[in-house]
Amino acid sequence: MISITGLNKTFLTPSGRVNALKDINLTVDKGDIFGIIGFSGAGKSTLIRCLNRLEEPDSGTIRIGAREITRLGTRELRAARKKIGMIFQHYYLLESRTVFGNVAFPLEIAGYPKQRIGHRAVEILELVGLIDKIGAYPAQLSGGQKQRVGIARALANEPDVLLSDEATSSLDPSTSRSILDLLRDINQKLGLTIVMITHEMDVLRYLCANAAVIEAGEIIETGSVAEISAHPRHEITRLFFAPSRQNSSGEAQGMLPDPAERGERKEVSDVR
Amino acid sequence: MSDDLLPLLAVGLGETVYMVILTTVSSLFLGLPLGVALVVTEPGHIMAAPRLNKVLGTMVNITRSFPTIILIVVLLPLSRLLVGTTLGATAAVVPLSIGSAPFLARIIENSLKEIDRGKIEAGLAVGATPMEIIRKVMIPECLASLTLGITMAVIMITGFTATAGAIGAGGLGSLAVRFGYQRYRTDVMLATLVVLVVLVQSIQWGGNLIARRINKNRHKFS
Repeated sequence: MISITGLNKTFLTPSGRVNALKDINLTVDKGDIFGIIGFSGAGKSTLIRCLNRLEEPDSGTIRIGAREITRLGTRELRAARKKIGMIFQHYYLLESRTVFGNVAFPLEIAGYPKQRIGHRAVEILELVGLIDKIGAYPAQLSGGQKQRVGIARALANEPDVLLSDEATSSLDPSTSRSILDLLRDINQKLGLTIVMITHEMDVLRYLCANAAVIEAGEIIETGSVAEISAHPRHEITRLFFAPSRQNSSGEAQGMLPDPAERGERKEVSDVR
Repeated sequence: MSDDLLPLLAVGLGETVYMVILTTVSSLFLGLPLGVALVVTEPGHIMAAPRLNKVLGTMVNITRSFPTIILIVVLLPLSRLLVGTTLGATAAVVPLSIGSAPFLARIIENSLKEIDRGKIEAGLAVGATPMEIIRKVMIPECLASLTLGITMAVIMITGFTATAGAIGAGGLGSLAVRFGYQRYRTDVMLATLVVLVVLVQSIQWGGNLIARRINKNRHKFS
């Protein structure tokens, strides 16, 4: 579904060049929920933003489905973006529009006729469980409800891929969990491929089948989450697991239940 | 109070209101696209064109450097060309519009810059064109701030028309100069000032009202 090869990105800052991404190679299978985890500044946000070219990579190729994203011209890129949904940590809803208006926005851009916009918006708001808030403005919603609107907006135009940029990082644990449940639900119902970045191991364990660990702009480990957590090969990866192990005697242990409690999870094996 | 005071004020107010409305409308025609262009052509924005941005910025600054009265005099030939005369309220609208447009453009630029970059990216992420982002994201999201900015500009234009009045444009400014100042008519001077104060107050009050309406649903505490 998604393949990234030899991706590089450098930022020019006043203090010199920063290699934000170094030779990234990654494959995500169709229908997978793929996590990218890393500490702040590791380059995970840059990486996910390269996927729809909100960030322009310097070199390398990105393929999503049949499209080679990195070769598209302006117009083709806009067409491709209509099929790549994205949700953000800070939601970025339009405050001038109601919940309905926010969901209608991508449909207007995609050129849906008015009547179909209405149908589709209602349909998708029912899916995310916000139909009773259809006339509310974002300012009247809680964080979790805002993110549901964000998800509805991202899904309105029936994308093939959903990119999640720290979608639950500013939500409280129980709300965060309900959003993750919604994402899993959507993944199963619609067969949607989800790529999510996070700095929380709990999120990764709770939702993702496969993952990559990124540090200083490089992918240092990829594989199934179970495998990575059972046999971390890298010091950084161990660090991600360490805090919850140390706290395991205390009550502060992870906000989310262990994946084992959720039973079976499908494994996708051929991740580079 | 003399008998001619009220008719004088009525005519002056009429001319002033006429000039302010016409100037506001035509300077919006120039200033709104210019203000939007100043924002979107910035480096890293949705229609980045750093050179054009510099040129536009410099043009705006040059126009804004002119003292009002000089700008009006300089632009009078243009009035003759467009309106056929250099005297009266309609003739004044031409230089007034050109003089106000850059100011309006800067105000609009400031308002549009308040928007959270993330909202623009959310628009880009769904495949919106730059025009769609301007029309459906930037302007609606900044509407309350734009309204207050434009209100400020309308008040400034009111002041502008008074200056123009001193050199033949008519309106309340002309009244104050020709009757109040040159003919020592203190009653006319005072009455003119009172009318101007009330006019400016009403414009501000109207602008605030509209902005509040716009904001009503968008913020919890307003």
